[in-house]
Amino acid sequence: MISHDILIVGGGLAGLSAALSSSSGLDVAVISRVHPLRSHSIAAQGGINAALANNPKGQDDTWEKHAFDTIKGSDYLADQDAAELMCQKAIPTIYELEHMGAPFSRLPGGLIAQRPFGGAGFPRTCYAADRTGHVLVHTLFEQSLRKNVKFYNEWLVAELAVENGTCRGVTIFDLATGEVFPVKARAVIFATGGYGRVYLRTTNAFINHGSGIGIAYRAGVPLKDMEFVQFHPTSLFPNNILMTEAARGEGGYLLNNLGKRFMADYAPSAMELAPRDIVARAIQTEISRGNGFANEYVLLDLTHLGAAKIIKRLPAIREICMRFVGIDPVVTPIPIQPAQHYSMGGIDVDILGASCLAGFFAAGECACVSVHGANRLGGNSLLDTIVFGKIAGEAASDFVKGLDREGRGERPLLDGTKKLKEKIGALQKKDSGIKTHHFLNRLKLIMSEKVGVFRTQKDLAEALDGIRQVREDLKDVYLSSPNLRFCQEAVNVLEFEYMLDLAEVITLGALNREETRGSHYRLDFPERDDKGWLKHTLVACQDGKPQISYKDVKLGKHKPQARLY
Amino acid sequence: MKYTFKIFRFDPVQDGRPCFQDYPYESREKRTILEALMDIRNEQDATLSFRYSCREAVCGSCGMVINGRPELACRTMVDSLDSPFIILEPLPNMEIQKDLVVDMEPFWKALGDVHPYLIGEGKPPEKEHRIEDKEMVKIERFTNCILCACCYAACPVVTRDARYVGPIALAKLYRFVQDPRDARSFADWAKVNTETGIWGCDTIFACNEACPKDVQPGHGIEALRRKFVIERLKKMLRLRK
Repeated sequence: MISHDILIVGGGLAGLSAALSSSSGLDVAVISRVHPLRSHSIAAQGGINAALANNPKGQDDTWEKHAFDTIKGSDYLADQDAAELMCQKAIPTIYELEHMGAPFSRLPGGLIAQRPFGGAGFPRTCYAADRTGHVLVHTLFEQSLRKNVKFYNEWLVAELAVENGTCRGVTIFDLATGEVFPVKARAVIFATGGYGRVYLRTTNAFINHGSGIGIAYRAGVPLKDMEFVQFHPTSLFPNNILMTEAARGEGGYLLNNLGKRFMADYAPSAMELAPRDIVARAIQTEISRGNGFANEYVLLDLTHLGAAKIIKRLPAIREICMRFVGIDPVVTPIPIQPAQHYSMGGIDVDILGASCLAGFFAAGECACVSVHGANRLGGNSLLDTIVFGKIAGEAASDFVKGLDREGRGERPLLDGTKKLKEKIGALQKKDSGIKTHHFLNRLKLIMSEKVGVFRTQKDLAEALDGIRQVREDLKDVYLSSPNLRFCQEAVNVLEFEYMLDLAEVITLGALNREETRGSHYRLDFPERDDKGWLKHTLVACQDGKPQISYKDVKLGKHKPQARLY
Repeated sequence: MKYTFKIFRFDPVQDGRPCFQDYPYESREKRTILEALMDIRNEQDATLSFRYSCREAVCGSCGMVINGRPELACRTMVDSLDSPFIILEPLPNMEIQKDLVVDMEPFWKALGDVHPYLIGEGKPPEKEHRIEDKEMVKIERFTNCILCACCYAACPVVTRDARYVGPIALAKLYRFVQDPRDARSFADWAKVNTETGIWGCDTIFACNEACPKDVQPGHGIEALRRKFVIERLKKMLRLRK
């Protein structure tokens, strides 16, 4: 049986960061469903926040101000100690990335350039044009080559093996061979990313099914604050490719069909650079009022920025627009609409990335520490992945070093493998049925129509019924492909039940939370209710059913106040 | 618009020889080859294998030969090909694992062999290195590379000699030796002074043509050659003194 001290699942920024920080004396491996450079982190565009105070307009910036902006942006649902830790660590983190070779854009004089971003008091977003995620993933991957990190690519983790409240390893479905086998580990770190593809409209990669979060949930780890789903204000119409917030940071306008900069009506002082939840709602409102185009989109206008600035600062955006919709943003405004973008919620972990399951850690988008609370600020997700990936790698190393040397049980691993083989066998044995993608399409429609930017009791209750109906109908699912080698259908069927779990947990949390906070907007409860709801939602899986409970937010020096921009 | 997708099919584990399989496909406007492939897989044939991830031409997963050209399936519009026949083949110069999926290990190994990472000086500065933007711009083209292997697949030298490291490995090496922060010695990187390194290139620049991100790896190879010759000359002149 393959065995490692630490197994990191996911080769995006959080996973690579954990791999690089894990103790060099330990036997560490990274498992990824795709080659690490294909991870969704590469799609991040605009930048990464740190109060370096490099920009002449940002010289009074401090990490404390960054923490305040993060906490206010979170609608006070972030744990303030965690947000402070992240913002404090941001500064040395950027320097470390720079020393590793990250090709950041520069200011005259040679300092790392910083641009304004939404909800931030100062220009503090460090960037490499609009390819920041891409260059950071490549930089960390390069350094992991240098350090000879062991990678297992195109392995899908299908389950966690648990015994006596301790994580023993994972069950693998090998995409290349279609084989199922266990991998033993003394500690497992999940860095499996988000679940965007539970929604019809999402900026996320096709691979973002979120099964990692679902696997943790099924293994008994609670999920936290899952009802907080970020909708990015500006995704390209109609295919929902991300149009970075940096487009507005660099001075882009949002225009409705009257040619008006409508943000004046919603966030008169921050305008286009209000936090994402506010801008996404504003756009959605304009479209529903008939102020959009084709009842689908509004415009992101960069034309006044001039060709030079667009080509220098936003080249990838321009390339995408030209290639995918045939317009040049230098001369034509970009059609945009909100789309699912990020999960504030995730696997419930503490400030070290540790969960309630001994030996099981999580970091990055799949985890919820929580630093983003009810709404994440742009530029804070890359930061989260690298800071908390690193912390999780160190914490898992400490955990493993503290274990005694006795052999670990292989029973749950062997059982898990046997069960999964039987499951796949049974799905293949059926000669007819319904293919997974039909169920997936039904689920996506429900989530996009009823658990979107604006929510109501009625919609959410209907969504919950719909999700449960899909689950019931799933008895008819079958695997049409007789060949499991590089078989995406098999991957989809293995992940789909986890996607149903996530949809159910998101919707249940949203239905229960009778208030409006950050990204969670209830038309029937449009006010924030700190008395009743300044608390984290926890949903645990008990006997296959979601059990909901709540946990206090760790407040600090910032008392909740009205969130005006 | 109605199309016929002729897709290369081969599973080395169970098939004696490869074949092309026809799939009829009715495309809506602005449908990409990748979306079409997913539709065909979902609706017609779940055994069809291909790689993908980001669908926005930044992850480098979906390189394949589309009507004769190495391209990314995600950024190629079905209707841009001006043909009712869409022929899809795996990237050449690598072994076929299944259908459009190739074994990229030789590509990754060639890349790894040039040490494609920043080797900084012992103790880094307290803050960032001070580097003017114009220095970063010099390497920007190469940091834009998504390592999709289209250049490796298009390179006739790789076809002829599997030991040749290929275009992007050399261009990436140039990206690092040109980086003011990199401290590797000339002796270290001059290991590519071989027929399977910088002198392997035929300078026909099929790589530049094939690159979907305008990285132009061939120019990186030429720049690396120039840098090598100049460093060599400098060394000789120093010895003369």
